[in-house]
Amino acid sequence: MPRSVTLLGIAAAAVAALGFVGFMPIQTLSHDEIFEIPRGTWARRMSGDKVEILPDHIRLTLGLRDILVLRNHDDVPQIFGPTLMMPGQSFRLPFERASEYQFACTAHASGQMTIVVEPNPATPWARIAWRARELLHSPR
Amino acid sequence: MRHKLLARPDSPRRLAAAVVALLLVASAQAASSPPLKAGVFDPPRQAPDFSLAGSAGHELKISDYRGKVVLLAFGFTSCTEVCPTTLNTFALARRKLGPAAADVQVVYITVDPQRDVPARLAKYLGSFDPTFVGGTGTEDQLAAVRRNYGISAEKKNIGNDYTYAHSSFTYLIDRTGRIRALMPYGHSPDDYANDLTILLKE
Repeated sequence: MPRSVTLLGIAAAAVAALGFVGFMPIQTLSHDEIFEIPRGTWARRMSGDKVEILPDHIRLTLGLRDILVLRNHDDVPQIFGPTLMMPGQSFRLPFERASEYQFACTAHASGQMTIVVEPNPATPWARIAWRARELLHSPR
Repeated sequence: MRHKLLARPDSPRRLAAAVVALLLVASAQAASSPPLKAGVFDPPRQAPDFSLAGSAGHELKISDYRGKVVLLAFGFTSCTEVCPTTLNTFALARRKLGPAAADVQVVYITVDPQRDVPARLAKYLGSFDPTFVGGTGTEDQLAAVRRNYGISAEKKNIGNDYTYAHSSFTYLIDRTGRIRALMPYGHSPDDYANDLTILLKE
């Protein structure tokens, strides 16, 4: 088979794959973006271990991953994101508007936590970018 | 067990019964827990009580409002943006509720005891809604309240004046005195009215 035909086939397959990724509607099993304080975190901090659980910037996507879930599994109350959470308590915050939300958060050096809620990816390119980001950030 | 029943139905009648049962469970769950616009705590904890000087001229305790749904916010009367917006939102939400608003109490705790004496709080809050009540106290008293509720407040000097950077969210406390939810700053009166309606019906 001529080399040009092979290359053409590869290019066609790549375009088809890109089209599939871009046009296929995105569905997620869960809308939750979960952050958890593991048991023993307070003890680790007291012993000088620098434990960072909640980033100071969180990106969410409307309609796909738009619920922030915080869970405190530690034995002591913790300031976690915008609020004080008791041991064993969880906090579930839904977002319905794409915007940037600022919360005072003493757990961060900046004293602030920012949650950016992005619009639902409506174009093929936005869907490709969202899927690529999910792939990069998915746990291995 | 239920999963096994669905996976290998012995008869179409049993499958239909399983489907009906699942629908009933789903509808019961939906009816028992309508979604709030605010962030929800699970399990909810009892709102820590406090005793402060109230804007109404007598002691202010959060436990005095058992039986009502409470919107609890922290701020200061010289605040130029967050507090007036939030308090105006509360007032509009109460108006949307109509007569049911009688069972909604707004409690506003100052972070600025130096300026916010009870009379000043009363005048300020009354300009939004005459039913709103405020609380103030010593620096130590207010710091203890903030600690119990996870509220941050940082004094910032600006020339000869000062301002505060403070937590801008609102706690929603149910009729039994439990902190049920946290509404971030910026939500609409409709969102508050939605959540208050749900909590009032409980």
